Amino acid sequence: MTAPPGSPAVELIDINKRFGSVQANQNVSMRIADSSIHGIVGENGAGKSTLMSILFGFYQADSGEIRVHGRPAKIRATEDAITAGIGMVHQHFMLVDNFTVLENIVLGAESGRRLSDSLDQARATLEQLESSFGLEVEVDALVSDLPVGLQQRVEILKALYRNARVLILDEPTGVLTPQESEQLFQILQELKSRGVTVILITHKLREIMQVTDAVTVMRQGEVVADRLTRETSESELAELMVGRKVLLQVDKPAAEPGEVVLKVEHISLSDQRGIKRLDDVSFELRSGEILGVAGVSGNGQSELLEILSGIRRVSNGTVRLHGKVVQDRTHHTDPAAARALGVGHVPEDRMRMGLVGQFHAAESAILGFHHDAAYNGKLLMKPGVITEYCARLMQDFDIRPQVPGLKSVSFSGGNQQKIVLAREMDRKPALLLVGQPTRGVDIGAIEYIHQEIIAMRNAGAAVLLVSVELEEIMSLSDRIIVMFGGGVVGEVTAQDASEQMLGRMMANAMPTEATGL
Amino acid sequence: MAAGRSEIPGWLGGVVLPLTNIALAFAVSGLVIMAIGENPWEAFGLLIAGALGSQEAIGYTLYYTTNLIFTGLAVAVAFHCGLFNIGAEGQAYIGGLGVALVCLSLDSILPGILIIPLCILASMGFGAAWAFIPAYLQAYRGSHIVITTIMFNFIASAFMVYMLVNVLIKPGQMAPETRPFAESAWIPSVHDTLSSVGITFFRSPLNLSILIALICCALVWTLIWRTRWGYAIRTVGQNQTAALYAGINTQRTIVFAMMISGGLAGFVALNEVLGVQHRLLIDFVAGYGFTGIAVALMGRNHPFGIVLAALLFGALYQGGAELAFEIPTITRDLVVVIQGLVILFCGALEFMLKSKIERGWRLIARQTDATREATP
Repeated sequence: MTAPPGSPAVELIDINKRFGSVQANQNVSMRIADSSIHGIVGENGAGKSTLMSILFGFYQADSGEIRVHGRPAKIRATEDAITAGIGMVHQHFMLVDNFTVLENIVLGAESGRRLSDSLDQARATLEQLESSFGLEVEVDALVSDLPVGLQQRVEILKALYRNARVLILDEPTGVLTPQESEQLFQILQELKSRGVTVILITHKLREIMQVTDAVTVMRQGEVVADRLTRETSESELAELMVGRKVLLQVDKPAAEPGEVVLKVEHISLSDQRGIKRLDDVSFELRSGEILGVAGVSGNGQSELLEILSGIRRVSNGTVRLHGKVVQDRTHHTDPAAARALGVGHVPEDRMRMGLVGQFHAAESAILGFHHDAAYNGKLLMKPGVITEYCARLMQDFDIRPQVPGLKSVSFSGGNQQKIVLAREMDRKPALLLVGQPTRGVDIGAIEYIHQEIIAMRNAGAAVLLVSVELEEIMSLSDRIIVMFGGGVVGEVTAQDASEQMLGRMMANAMPTEATGL
Repeated sequence: MAAGRSEIPGWLGGVVLPLTNIALAFAVSGLVIMAIGENPWEAFGLLIAGALGSQEAIGYTLYYTTNLIFTGLAVAVAFHCGLFNIGAEGQAYIGGLGVALVCLSLDSILPGILIIPLCILASMGFGAAWAFIPAYLQAYRGSHIVITTIMFNFIASAFMVYMLVNVLIKPGQMAPETRPFAESAWIPSVHDTLSSVGITFFRSPLNLSILIALICCALVWTLIWRTRWGYAIRTVGQNQTAALYAGINTQRTIVFAMMISGGLAGFVALNEVLGVQHRLLIDFVAGYGFTGIAVALMGRNHPFGIVLAALLFGALYQGGAELAFEIPTITRDLVVVIQGLVILFCGALEFMLKSKIERGWRLIARQTDATREATP
């Protein structure tokens, strides 16, 4: 890398990209200084991902120029990007679970005729990389055995192994505990000190403030501001992203809990292999309160939601709704019946579960309610009524674009989430189960979704909120339980909770006497 | 920067692309015909004349089309539920058994007005029953539907040989066929029907089953896009997790969709057994079940597309037969090669030319934009 001294690591000049009628990037120019950590923030659909996809060769710009270390780079495919020294760590890891770390890293970069030769070669290089960057991972471990934080390291190593001098990280902390995030930030600092340039895409402004040197704000496909991190603030960045003032803190009146709506008693769940996914979980939820369920993803929260909504059956224990048994070893209330009993469910993964991507928004807006008499005649459905209903939801919940005939998959993440929320909230459920309501959702929409959840609770609904975002849990919940390894390891009221304390509970590093159990 | 220049109009993918693919398939077929020393222009002329050149030719083409609409719809309904029904062949065959049993036992007692509806129900019911077993195994036991439906084609074939040779055969003959059904049970042919209102139409096997086929198209469209059951089928086909979340009984939906599919395939027996042969005979399905897969694929699982694709393949069947008859060096097998090439280019290589055609469109659009700007 003999670059002219002082030239930026990456320079994007007047990048334009259009998809159909959407201008995803418009005259985007950006300079990313060498050996720095550069943040890119923006709402969903602001064009950050498109821009990075252009830099990494997934898409080609309609016009514009890319320079890497001062030299013009023609990036037509990801191979060109890798050759130019650009590496990317995707939000969803691109690893083969049943391969070892070493095999994953070599995959696609094999040298020599025999696999064993390239593996031996790679092992030496990799061990050197690991020690020089402080990125320790057991090279012969199976990826499926590694915790998420280490899998992410494997992704970083994969990029470094391909001689990446510029590393793009897309929402890297979404799946990490606060402690794992801290470790990641240390790694990023280490990379920077060794001359690697890091581009960090995130919607968490606090992380931007914490680790970056400079930050670029995008809105509606354009760059709206470049700032040095030390000269800006979270509220300024939020305002720039959304284009108006944003309430980062949620205002809510004190909770007025009513009668017990949901009573969960000693429920357990074993999967087909006999592994316990839920282990003796008990709690109560009253009307007019929000119970937050904190925890690193994969500690039983998803299973809990699936049992309460009727998707799965319990192995043991009892779930009562308004005092009546709805789930135990002999009773099973399926999702349709649960809905009829007033259980609303906003699933954690909207594209996998909450919507059908190829369906029109109007069709997705009645998912789970397609048997309702309102939408059906004796034989035929009433497309007119369904479209009108969807149009009203879109009006009420400010879903954009307001086109009921548009495919669900064509909406932005935030608007997809609003379709699901609107569908589930519009029927005023007595119990609302909410999983990751703001995952991949832009700040403006987060504010709106939070307000809607609070409004439901104020109107007397019992709300169970599962989220991996501690800030969200802390600002919305009235009470918080923490899950680890399928069990509840602590319960605190929202006033008593601190992020450090919840973080320690999430990692199960809290002495038991202090958890209030 | 003209805003509209990168927008691709719908007709480019919906009309230009399929036509280009068909043209390409015929170009390659032309090369094959040249390779065996015949004149491709002459051959294609014969093919088209053979398929569409006379009333008789059109009658035959539409008769083949009828079969292909039934099997195409059958494959499409299953496909909307995310299932690949390879078994339309066997389901149609067993549908024929249903028709034969009704006719053999009742055709001397009941009038046509009763027996034909009974036959419609029997062909549907037997086809649906034959699809039920693989559907049940898929839904409740996880056996892959592709494997089981293929196996069920063989079972159907062997079973029907047994039935025809040992049970249903008309005594005193060598051919494994049933006795002819009473004329009252026949589905009237189009030429007879037209002549009764004073229109002369050349004799052909085309019969009123084609109306049933068109009614089925409308019903399938309604079922899939306008009923809650179709909604459930499409949800299961697109996203099983979402179906589970929505409280849709995935297993029951799979069985339901497959039985509709099998029932539609069973209708082939109406056209073949009740409309043309008037008796049950070995192998009357003759591959329509498999061609139905290509028809559904080309018709993009939409009834309207299926009608168009069935017409194309019907014309190829009929024109191909004429071609093989007129030019002896072009055998029936070569006609199958041409059909195969059409399937290859329209089905398997459907998107091979898509980006190229779109790029060409953009180039033309850009040039027109440029000339427009140059001459204000």
